[in-house]
Amino acid sequence: MAKVPLSRIATARSGDKGEGSNVGVLARSDAAYAFLVEHLTAERVRRHMAAINPGGVRRYEAQNLRLLNFLLEDSLGGGGSASLKTDAQGKTHGLAVLRLELDVPDAVLASVPAAD
Amino acid sequence: MTRPSFVRIANGQGFWGDSILAPVRLVREGPVDYLTLDYLAEVTMSIMQKLRARNPNAGYATDFVRLVERILPELVEQGIKVVANAGGVNPRGCMEAVAAVIAKRGYQGVKLGIVEGDDVFGRIDELVAAGEPLANMDTGAPLATVRERLTSANVYLGAFPIAEALDQGAQIVITGRGTDPGLVLGPMIHEFGWKPGDHDLLAAGTVAGHIVECGAQCTGGNFTDWRSVPDMARIGYPLIEMRADGTFAITKHAGTGGLVNESSVLHQLAYEMGDPRAYLGPDCTADFTTIRLRTGGRDRVEVSGVRGGPPTPFFKVSASYANGFKAVGELTISGPEALAKARLCAEIVWQRLALDGAHYAPEERLVEFLGANTCHAGIASAEREDPSEIVLRMGVKGSDEAKVNRFGMELVPLVTSGPPGVTGFAGGRPKATEIIGFWPALLRKSFVTPKVTVVTVGA
Repeated sequence: MAKVPLSRIATARSGDKGEGSNVGVLARSDAAYAFLVEHLTAERVRRHMAAINPGGVRRYEAQNLRLLNFLLEDSLGGGGSASLKTDAQGKTHGLAVLRLELDVPDAVLASVPAAD
Repeated sequence: MTRPSFVRIANGQGFWGDSILAPVRLVREGPVDYLTLDYLAEVTMSIMQKLRARNPNAGYATDFVRLVERILPELVEQGIKVVANAGGVNPRGCMEAVAAVIAKRGYQGVKLGIVEGDDVFGRIDELVAAGEPLANMDTGAPLATVRERLTSANVYLGAFPIAEALDQGAQIVITGRGTDPGLVLGPMIHEFGWKPGDHDLLAAGTVAGHIVECGAQCTGGNFTDWRSVPDMARIGYPLIEMRADGTFAITKHAGTGGLVNESSVLHQLAYEMGDPRAYLGPDCTADFTTIRLRTGGRDRVEVSGVRGGPPTPFFKVSASYANGFKAVGELTISGPEALAKARLCAEIVWQRLALDGAHYAPEERLVEFLGANTCHAGIASAEREDPSEIVLRMGVKGSDEAKVNRFGMELVPLVTSGPPGVTGFAGGRPKATEIIGFWPALLRKSFVTPKVTVVTVGA
């Protein structure tokens, strides 16, 4: 078991979705995906992103893509051209989620090729 | 008619403002059957509607006309076909401008097609009277709340009108608003004879279109493991090699920079995703949980297994409305104690505005300290103590244009009347700009009839 940032076992892509954003978290291995399905809950992401997203978070799963898709419902300060934020399109939200620190079992860490 | 075994479709423009060199390189650095180009964002339609109100010949993407002129020899010599949503709110005006540059260059016989019928801005009252509520599909708010402020309204048309223009021999097809994946799905329908009920095939083409619709975002751009991406300066834009059975490869021209691997394709599949089981479009519903990816060689990913279902009975409407004004400005504040001084500066601005009677509600104003963890606010592992300098970024919004402009006058004075080390104000006072509100709605398909026209240059 080791405390590591989510980026150690997953990659991510984010973008705008109406007045919120989506963050697709892509597990780097099957074992990492199984671990994340259990531990990277919508509530965990909601708490981590609370200062950026005062709204709720919904999660969708796509095992074939090793993907957990999180919808952050109010993360853009109004969205579109109404937002005053620098990141009005949620482009950096994926990297923000990848900073989340998790206690990851050794077997899961061993299943992931060494990061570049 | 003989059907090809596969067709090569390249996307050279992911959004308004994308690289102007990308489509040029795509037609020069390797074989391509179709070049697709996406110029329209949600706010673009509103801007184009305003341009057209001032000048009936305007309201389309003028970048596209310059691009066609630049790559015309390649298009003609290699027989490359082009599908672009460059028409904006005036596909016919765009076609006439393209025809003029082709004629000027002395090429005869090139066929141009346009797709019209997406623009319902002039029909709103008729549609409402006919029982279409056009309520906001995200919030449920009734159209009446913005009716008098609407500035554009277009439906996202599907791919079949594009295929029809190609069937009629068009080499360059110009559309208004349509779905982004439709730009690549149209050529597939044309080449392989896919039909409206072929939901799995249409879903496969939609998935292919989704992967390439943001250009280099599937070839190593905006990629988590960015250190592994070679030669990003010469990043290759994506190519689809689609087969008649709906299996396809994502690749790029040999010798270009960037990379195509399962991870780069997965990154883009996740982009702007909602429910992965139901990617809704005007021609089909695609189920992303059925997608299978496999490495097919260097910079090549094979995609198969895509399943789809019927589309909904609705077109999505993308409408826009005038939603007030905003102004944003920046100052740079050097250390020592940059962050403390930046916080003081922000407080001074609000206090001085209040002295002059200008108050802004919390939801109408924003302060950011760029360099002190703005993008990842509240995330402890991103915090850094005492940055050596800060960009102070402040903004306000509201319905009162004069009040928004009043804010813009209060930043520059800080250079001489605030703490020491304030600089970097080169752009003049921030001015109020219009906020374009976005109004998504649904419209029954029976109310919309796409219209396809094909003309021959010089005929």
